[in-house]
Amino acid sequence: MLEMRNAAKLVGGEYHIHPTNLALERGTLNVLLGPTLSGKTSLMRLMAGLDRPTSGSIHFDNVDVTGMPVQKRNIAMVYQQFINYPALTVYDNIASPMRLAGKDKASIDREVRKAAELLRLTPYLDRTPLNLSGGQQQRTALARALVKNASLVLMDEPLANLDYKLREELRAELPRIFAQSGAIFVYATTEPSEALLLGGNTATLSEGRITQFGSTIHVYRKPSDIITARTFADPPLNFMEVIKSGHELEHQGGSRMAVPSHLLHVADGPVTVAFHPHHLGFASQTADAPQLRAKTLISEITGSESFVHLEFGSTRWVMLAPGIHDIAPDADVDVFLDTRHLLAFGKDGRAITTLQAA
Amino acid sequence: MDQEHQFKPAGRFSWLVSTIYIVFLLLPIYWLVNMSFKENGEITGTFSLFPQNPTLRNYAVIFNDPSWYNGYINSIIYVGLNTIISVAAALPAAYAFSRYRFLGDKHLFFWLLTNRMAPPAVFALPFFQLYSAFGLIDTHIAVALAHCLFNVPLAVWILEGFMSGVPKEIDETAYIDGYSFPRFFVKIFMPLIASGVGVAAFFCFMFSWVELLLARTLTTTAAKPISAIMTRTVSAAGMDWGVLAAAGVLTIVPGALVIYFVRNYIAKGFALGRV
Repeated sequence: MLEMRNAAKLVGGEYHIHPTNLALERGTLNVLLGPTLSGKTSLMRLMAGLDRPTSGSIHFDNVDVTGMPVQKRNIAMVYQQFINYPALTVYDNIASPMRLAGKDKASIDREVRKAAELLRLTPYLDRTPLNLSGGQQQRTALARALVKNASLVLMDEPLANLDYKLREELRAELPRIFAQSGAIFVYATTEPSEALLLGGNTATLSEGRITQFGSTIHVYRKPSDIITARTFADPPLNFMEVIKSGHELEHQGGSRMAVPSHLLHVADGPVTVAFHPHHLGFASQTADAPQLRAKTLISEITGSESFVHLEFGSTRWVMLAPGIHDIAPDADVDVFLDTRHLLAFGKDGRAITTLQAA
Repeated sequence: MDQEHQFKPAGRFSWLVSTIYIVFLLLPIYWLVNMSFKENGEITGTFSLFPQNPTLRNYAVIFNDPSWYNGYINSIIYVGLNTIISVAAALPAAYAFSRYRFLGDKHLFFWLLTNRMAPPAVFALPFFQLYSAFGLIDTHIAVALAHCLFNVPLAVWILEGFMSGVPKEIDETAYIDGYSFPRFFVKIFMPLIASGVGVAAFFCFMFSWVELLLARTLTTTAAKPISAIMTRTVSAAGMDWGVLAAAGVLTIVPGALVIYFVRNYIAKGFALGRV
């Protein structure tokens, strides 16, 4: 188990990582999700021991490893850039951690060939990394991390620089490959969809702080505050400021809607509600979906779906509508909001705990 | 009017400018080589584009007279020593400047380069006095150490440029894989900056090879460099032009040889590794 106890990183009087408590169990997949500069890499470097926390401590299996040189920890790390040893062949690259661990030649050879087979590098074992494509270079780095059989595997946006198809492929394979080792697997990404595809646990990061940590689905469905909700939403969440009074939500523009059953217990007063773009639509999904009048700004067609950018009052929304809609800009349209999945946040940005939706 | 600004194919005389340029550049070198194959009478008496009676006498004199060829041996010894010392000292320094942040690192780094801006004459006196006190005058190591004053900063700058081109993540990956620092540096890092080491060594070689003032001040006989010997060739019989020219040619040769090996990296070296 990897534990960060109040670990913080100060650089030049500024917190890169605010004091953080985090416990990661063996054999779990943990996603660090956050935009660029949110501190994912800094956090990983603390976990790896590449950086020493300014305060607090890092424990591995209840042993304090703060300040222990990285050579002595059993970890593996894969970077976003394709990092290999350019002077060594792919074979030697993969073999290098085992050679340093002093394994015998036969078992090194067996392990290298096994990993190469798994990551489809067998034909390239005699080449040097710079003569490979980006995908092959990254697979070499992954193979090296794999053979090390580390107890902590850190991946810092490993697929960000790969092309689309390869990314899909490796994303599906990675957790499977590393799951068998029983290692703590940490995976940093900027893409909410990647976190959802990987599953496991997710920690959302914002400005050097972990805003929420829990099972990925739970964090996605029930973000604990607005920042987490924003971080974990792609396309972005839509927000609406409303005032709750009794059974009604009223927007300052005059639109009214019935309070959905899971928000009935919320105290009267101002509430920020949020919803995903696919909960808006040109057609009503439920009988009592409120109808809202908004102005179209622009629409983008992704293939089978259209993103329609809307202006509602002074806020901007994005609607994800199935099918191809060619919509003129600056037109008034009526859209329907599926209120069953509304998220509600109080003035302090904390989520208002909701009753189980029916 | 617009047509005048259009791109024109190279004219009939486009070769002219470059040819004139190259002729001017090579003329002195050609004349040196030309002279080295002539006899003194021909050099002083007539004007000839080619040696009329080509002779190897001038070279024979140099290769047979210890006072001549020892000059080359001395030069090669102290230049070689200097190159090894400079690069060996610069490697760890450049690594530190490229990888670590410490108090005053940027100032120190710049200050290193300013050492190159002072004329060598400024240092001749203190070096002479200091080396006299230690009994180092007229030794190869004295000249080699004196040249470090210019060459170590230069090598640090060049190597730092090459090292900063290597991602820091490679270092970290190596440490994570379990490499100790010395092992990482030799096995992983050195091959990546090999061309930088070559360029740094070349520049150290070149500056040490052509430097005259310090080398002459710090030596008397036992370690006298070739360039110093060349300035003292006036004998009772007058100037031996031919031998002097042959010595000049032989002085150019090592530089030309070394430059051939690093020709692809020279531009990067002149930009101190920062291209």
